[in-house]
Amino acid sequence: MSSLFMFEKPLGMRDTLPETYETKNKVKRKMETDIKKWGYQFIETPTLEYYETVGTASAILDQQLFKLLDQQGHTLVLRPDMTAPIARVAASKLLTEQLPLRLAYNASVFRAQQREGGRPAEFEQIGVEYIGDKTISADGEGIALMISSLKETGLKSFQLSIGHIGFVQTFFLQILGTKDRADALTKYLYEKNYVGYRQHVDKLSLSSIDKQRLHQFLKLRGGKEVIQLAYDLIENNKGKNAIDELKQLWEILEDYEETGRVKLDLTLVSHMSYYTGILYEVYAEGVGFPIGSGGRYDLLLEKFGKSTGATGFAIRMDHLLEALGEIEKTKDIHCILFSGDRRKEAFELAKEKRASGIKVITQDINGVDNVDACTKQYSEISLLVGKAGMEVVK
Amino acid sequence: MSDILTIAMPKGRIFEEASDLLREAGFDLPPEFDDSRKLIIDVPEESFRFILAKPMDVPTYVEHGVADLGIAGKDVMLEEERDVYELLDLNISACYLAVAGLPDTKLNEIAPRVATKYPNVAAAYFREQGSQVEIIKLNGSIELAPIIGLSDRIVDIVSTGKTLVENGLIEYERIVDITSRLIVNPASYRMKDERISDLVERLNHVVKGNAITK
Repeated sequence: MSSLFMFEKPLGMRDTLPETYETKNKVKRKMETDIKKWGYQFIETPTLEYYETVGTASAILDQQLFKLLDQQGHTLVLRPDMTAPIARVAASKLLTEQLPLRLAYNASVFRAQQREGGRPAEFEQIGVEYIGDKTISADGEGIALMISSLKETGLKSFQLSIGHIGFVQTFFLQILGTKDRADALTKYLYEKNYVGYRQHVDKLSLSSIDKQRLHQFLKLRGGKEVIQLAYDLIENNKGKNAIDELKQLWEILEDYEETGRVKLDLTLVSHMSYYTGILYEVYAEGVGFPIGSGGRYDLLLEKFGKSTGATGFAIRMDHLLEALGEIEKTKDIHCILFSGDRRKEAFELAKEKRASGIKVITQDINGVDNVDACTKQYSEISLLVGKAGMEVVK
Repeated sequence: MSDILTIAMPKGRIFEEASDLLREAGFDLPPEFDDSRKLIIDVPEESFRFILAKPMDVPTYVEHGVADLGIAGKDVMLEEERDVYELLDLNISACYLAVAGLPDTKLNEIAPRVATKYPNVAAAYFREQGSQVEIIKLNGSIELAPIIGLSDRIVDIVSTGKTLVENGLIEYERIVDITSRLIVNPASYRMKDERISDLVERLNHVVKGNAITK
């Protein structure tokens, strides 16, 4: 292997330079402020977790985990998402005190990448987890809060797709009889392979009516009318419950007055086994990947010894920033250039300006070779040089 | 701007059949479309922008969202495993992936080598058969490999079988049937839902064979 150049970074790692940093922070603050207004409390968890606990409980595929060993030989992972760590904290510490819990986070997560660029291996997520409430009101709150916090960032054109994995599972089980056969069909949806789905259905030994129902299933995408179409397709009560939940969710979103950005998509399967009920993804114009996703994961808490419902969402900062598009070019820094004999004056002036909220740098003029090039970077310049009074250059 | 649909088309073999299909579906494509050397062709009358890509790259453009839709062979889809929707089997450019080699030969026991343009598909296939092979990736003229002794077997696309015969090779196993698919970026599928559904609907009408049943 050739030696690395000094500027190289591991695959998928990115630097954040000043202007991007500023833009990103502003967006984060806006979302955080909104999330706090809904009464969610922010927490932090460690970057490293045990593979055996959080690593295996997370929704992220094993080959995407960054693994390392600690000195005792335990396998550790760089947290691949925030939901599993928060479930761990909630189950071990917080759930004893109060229910339901509304928690939020803003953290980097890590996922090993094998392919080409365009897929960071470390990226920031802002998200919430609403733990200990099995009602659809909790799902509705998650969706409404996601929409609200995205609006706060100034994002104009975005769209949510909502599905229900419980419906998919019962509907398939009802027609196909066994879990294995239902899973085989679900996998086509997970892979977004409708062609494969149809070919698979055609090959099954089923009545033509049941085949027809499975084909019709792919059309369960759209607005409110999808709910009735879904009712028409199912037969037993369990599948009906899932649709009742979606119907209720739609009514809740109507009360939030947020159905305008929402579409139902019952073919949406974001993960093979993680979610247990309502799940959703959010898309924005100009970005090819979902900018966020969420859903109900009632089984995760069980892995940490507590049986209770939970739902939550995460927004990917990198995709959100791409959707927002503009990087703010901020030059609003005031520069005071001083010479030795007027140093104290410069510091006093800087203190005064900083107190009124202005960003100020004080720069010894002897430390700068090219004064013109240096002053160009700043919005305003004060020259405190020699014996004369203060001159504002720009 | 958001109303424009960007479609990634594969250059070469599939291109002609795909544009015929689009015309049949009632889309008005200009005559110079077919022999243009441009990489980007705008068709403002239909609010389409076509990008002409290497067939293997079509799913990449679509996955990253720089093309809303694309037309890609199932061979490419299997090899690339991109996160895109495979909405419609266009039933064009039918062919299949096969294992071929010189007649009366076996895989070398010491170094069982397979040359192919599809390393992932080939590796998965031989793994499923329980045989351990070494994959050698080539970018074209795969038939050369067994003739000059690079490998005992090749995995490649067969449409008529003529190329194999002409090079003295025979087909050993048929892996999977291939046709071209209409693929869609997951975000475009939501953000441009109406236009895409309309396109799918119209194409579905003219697709032969396994069209989506009503």
